[in-house]
Amino acid sequence: MSLIETHQNSQAHASTSSVSAWLTTADHKRVGRLFIGSGLIALLAGLVLAVLIAFERINADSYQILSENSATQVLATARLLLTFGAVIPLLLGLAIAVVPLQLGARSIAFPRLAASGFWMWLTGLGLAIAAIIGNGGPGGGESDLVDLYLASSVLLGLGVLLAAISIVVSVLTNRAPGMGILRAPLFAWSSFVGALALVLAMPVLIGTTIYLYIDHRYARLGFGGNFGVNRWIGWSLSQPFTYLLAIPALGIVLDVVPTMNRSRLAQRPAAFVAIGLVSISVLSAVTQTTVTLPWEGAKFLDNAGDKIADLLPFLLLTVLPVLGLLGILGLSLLTLKSAQPRVAAPLAFVLLGLLGILEGAAAHILSGIEDAGLAGTIYEAGTYVAVTFGTVMIAFGGICYWGPKLWGRNIPDKAAIPLALLGFVATLLGSLPYMVAGFADQPSGLVNGFSYSGPQDLWNIATCGGFVLMLLVTVAFIALALKSFTSGTTAGDDPWDGSTLEWATTSPPPVENFAALAVVGSSSPFADMKSSTSTGKGA
Amino acid sequence: MLALPAAPQPAPRRQVFVGTAVAGAAGMMLIGGMMATWLKFRADAPVRESMKRGLIKDWMPEKVIVPEIATNLMLIGFFVVCVMAQWAVYSAKRNDRPHTGLALSVSALMTLAILNAQIFIWTQMGVAARDGAFHSMFYAATGAMMALLLSGLVYTAVAAFRYLGGRSKDVELLSAHALYWYFLTVAFCPVWFIVYVQK
Repeated sequence: MSLIETHQNSQAHASTSSVSAWLTTADHKRVGRLFIGSGLIALLAGLVLAVLIAFERINADSYQILSENSATQVLATARLLLTFGAVIPLLLGLAIAVVPLQLGARSIAFPRLAASGFWMWLTGLGLAIAAIIGNGGPGGGESDLVDLYLASSVLLGLGVLLAAISIVVSVLTNRAPGMGILRAPLFAWSSFVGALALVLAMPVLIGTTIYLYIDHRYARLGFGGNFGVNRWIGWSLSQPFTYLLAIPALGIVLDVVPTMNRSRLAQRPAAFVAIGLVSISVLSAVTQTTVTLPWEGAKFLDNAGDKIADLLPFLLLTVLPVLGLLGILGLSLLTLKSAQPRVAAPLAFVLLGLLGILEGAAAHILSGIEDAGLAGTIYEAGTYVAVTFGTVMIAFGGICYWGPKLWGRNIPDKAAIPLALLGFVATLLGSLPYMVAGFADQPSGLVNGFSYSGPQDLWNIATCGGFVLMLLVTVAFIALALKSFTSGTTAGDDPWDGSTLEWATTSPPPVENFAALAVVGSSSPFADMKSSTSTGKGA
Repeated sequence: MLALPAAPQPAPRRQVFVGTAVAGAAGMMLIGGMMATWLKFRADAPVRESMKRGLIKDWMPEKVIVPEIATNLMLIGFFVVCVMAQWAVYSAKRNDRPHTGLALSVSALMTLAILNAQIFIWTQMGVAARDGAFHSMFYAATGAMMALLLSGLVYTAVAAFRYLGGRSKDVELLSAHALYWYFLTVAFCPVWFIVYVQK
């Protein structure tokens, strides 16, 4: 039973599902689902390419499937698809679909802006992939297609920017009466912080890409032509930029854990601090720098002043985000300790995904210490895989958690929990061997022609196995989600006994979400309502 | 059916104003990032001997002359548009449609004048994009600024059509329009100083 009245005709209107209705939709739930669906498809494609690359690395003497030129292109495409094709749209999609519901709003701010953001992102991604297929990606030989790749990257970035602006403005202006910004649900808050970080970082990326485009098209004298593309915008496919993308995922963790525990989040104010610590990495993104410790084995007391000057930005940009992630893990465990949690798929996905991100971020600290000698090795790819796969796992958890609200049907826990466990194994298997191989000096960016002492084949076979496993998990998850959301058991309006406003409307919600705005008195307005009703004080 | 307590009339949302502020911040990050890259390239440029100024960075070719009157007029033009946009807000709050219309028209006219000055600068400087890093970056940076300027012109047109078309109570849109021009002016200041004054 819905606790908030809905418009009488909204249900009928919402059921319109013709192609034109999807193409021209301004309903935030549909735009969010478009982002999520496209993100899952891009994730599949990115993982297939990642498997290809990992397979080629097993035998470093000769190419098995790819050629020398195509390997570089496939490498670039895999990261583009995983980062801008999968992680960003999955989390943006969840935010666009869910955040207005959490805020008790009837719509997202500027719904057409969000919709046009989706179409620009999709067009940009499609053109970028087409350019890469035609040998026009970073380092590609087809000049016109490299231009197309750069122009479509600008389009893709603009699409992400527009969607992010829509989320930021929603959280600032669309909250229900009484919902101060600190009373907003933590997913809404983290989406706000993550989207704001994108608003700050994406224009910098777009500006650099404009320089690259003009230089590549006319001069090729300043930015290194086609080979300079990765050098100048490669930071957007690596750490710490990937931390920014993971910020909304942290809010999913902080919303799912207390709901599964049927309790409130322990030390809620500390969650804001933890998210803030992770978001510090935006400084690194907008300055396009990776901070390192260039101490080169000298004793600490030699030039101690210079060393402290090196240490402070390193601690700020590399170590503090890890402390933020540890804080979120600590708060989650503290909350889970307070009661007996129900073991459900969302909880399994988000906790294991958080461990994956933490593994990657903690390992990234080492790569910044020049004495460790990891610069230019495949170690960086290991940390990237851990952060990216961890974020994807949390996005899967978010789909399991809010899927019943968006599609009106449940994903069965029995089938989904094993996928979460396998996904975690895939994250470890896909990342740790690369990290070990990095210590053995396996070079980054090469898929062939390297040799080092140690069980080289073992590390690359293990990583390939991890990628294959993640691919299988993704295929199985998509199949399960498709089956569940089309013919699964019908979800109630409040299947998780939630505490925030999205659970107060029907599943799926009508077009305008709520007919009447609720008055919010705490960070758990729906839980308050239910408890006052059960004690006989309700309406 | 149970219902949550009915809410009072929601406070004014000022969604367009907040959205404009966020978009303006994004625009400033675009120009800020581009100027930072410009400064990095200029700092990394080799040193050469100049007949007039001794040892200088080999960045802008010596034969290229910046038409400074036009660049300074561009800067003044931005400030004038800000004043006009704010005048439109002032008049609209007093239900003064003729003056609102006049202010928005002058805003649009000044924007076209700035655009004209920029085209004049491009023509006079005679820089070919294919001749070097400075050349291509010059067009990229000033071109991006002009794209933002054009978006401001579109904003002015939309604000004018909406206000003069009958939505005379919608002062928020005019306030947001003025805010956008403040952002554009702040964004242009570093372009003017770094690209045209410091060179």
